[in-house]
Amino acid sequence: MLDLEAALTQGTLGLINGAFYAMLSLGLAVIFGLLNIVNFAHGALYMLGAFVAWGLLTFLGLGYFPALILAPLIVGAIGILLERTVLKPLYKLDHLYGLLATFGVALILEGVLRNEFGVSGMPYAVPPDLRGVVDLGYMFLPRYRGWVVLVSLLVCLGTWYMIEKTRLGAYLRAATENPALVQAFGINVPVMITLTYGFGVALAGLSGVLAAPIYSVNPNMGSSLIIVVFAVVVIGGMGSILGSIITGFALGFIEGMTKVVYPEASTTVVFIIMAIVLLIKPAGLFGRA
Amino acid sequence: MAKVMLEVAGLEAWYGESHILHGVSLEVREGEVVTMLGRNGAGKTTTMKSIMGMVGKRTGSIKYQGTETIGLGSNKIARLGIAICPEERGIFSSLNVEENLLLPPVVQAGGLSVERIFTLFPNLKERLKSQGTKLSGGEQQMLAIARILRTGARLLLLDEPTEGLAPVIIQQIGATIRALKEEGFTILLVEQNFRFASTVADRHYVMEHGKIVDMIPNDRIDAEMDKLHEYLGV
Repeated sequence: MLDLEAALTQGTLGLINGAFYAMLSLGLAVIFGLLNIVNFAHGALYMLGAFVAWGLLTFLGLGYFPALILAPLIVGAIGILLERTVLKPLYKLDHLYGLLATFGVALILEGVLRNEFGVSGMPYAVPPDLRGVVDLGYMFLPRYRGWVVLVSLLVCLGTWYMIEKTRLGAYLRAATENPALVQAFGINVPVMITLTYGFGVALAGLSGVLAAPIYSVNPNMGSSLIIVVFAVVVIGGMGSILGSIITGFALGFIEGMTKVVYPEASTTVVFIIMAIVLLIKPAGLFGRA
Repeated sequence: MAKVMLEVAGLEAWYGESHILHGVSLEVREGEVVTMLGRNGAGKTTTMKSIMGMVGKRTGSIKYQGTETIGLGSNKIARLGIAICPEERGIFSSLNVEENLLLPPVVQAGGLSVERIFTLFPNLKERLKSQGTKLSGGEQQMLAIARILRTGARLLLLDEPTEGLAPVIIQQIGATIRALKEEGFTILLVEQNFRFASTVADRHYVMEHGKIVDMIPNDRIDAEMDKLHEYLGV
């Protein structure tokens, strides 16, 4: 007999992982849509977000909330630099080159930080305002985890709104389809591409800050997460905004539920779903074939 | 005589390795409707794209209201007041009709108001929330023309607006082009169909193998019919 309370608890905890899946796959979707680049550096930039937050605290005494704003800006700026120098020459080439270049960037970032800080990880305390637990009736949820889900939901919905409902988003969608024509209407598409990459990467940075108090800050935190996130992207459909958000949260939830039903499968269930989706609907659940 | 709006001289253009235009020269005066006639592959669309700055490599001179644009990017050229309605229409499928209509940013004052656009294209008003590419071919063509009217651009490049459309729609587009001329727009039009062209244009350039080979004023079109047939191979 399935224990309802345990199921709800694991489902809720799964949503926290889902929050990270959603934010990271959203950034990947935005970047892939406009730049046609599979950003393999995404996990490393997420990790960098956590490191920047840690660095801001350790060296400058800037706490969690300033870091929540500053770290994404810093990671976004690094992303912009990366786009201008590494990615820009690759747009005319096959997808594969962008994938390899960003993978290389990820290896370099992770290698340098591993050399500097080792792999044991540094603790990052939960900010005092967000300590404690909330009683949900069926479980006690650490307030910080609730906060992560809330922030992630707001950021995801805000991004969705911006892309699907605003003038700026219309430029973005149009440039995804036909950049040459959007440019010929008087819009500076290369600048838009750079800023979009910066934004997608800033989302990864923000996820990193949110993750810092939950997981320890260490150079490998991105590479272990990004594999699952890529599976999420494949399931949702490359480039689909809403698809990546829904799939991200849903898969976190499903992962949690799997822990109740058959714990051994909880780390593989995402990949099983990916394989099934690829067989039935190769463009992904929300993708256009 | 009205002042020269667009002056193209010795224009050469390439797509990758292939040399498409071999010294195109033409001019369009303010308020004129001018067509480019010619067979498939003569370089009409490439000329349009070169004027708009959408071709990789081009040399020669393209002056718009006296400003040299040969070295400018297409977004800068658009900001000077030139707008294109491309051959493939370029309606965005991820945007609805309203978003497609409002997409091109206003580059100068003096564009048509949205209300005025709806009097020209009443169909569009009823379909604002439809996906852009769900419209019929004729409606998509109307939308592709409509969206460049509100930007304040004064020179419109219309690339085969009648292609693949039913005769009744073609008549409607002809009426629209004449209305736009009344509004004071200057129009450079690519056409395969010179009968249609003769109902809207003041002058016709004939293109062959990447060059302008003839210019026929519209009032001479009947007299030059034999020559035209030969150029166009009809």
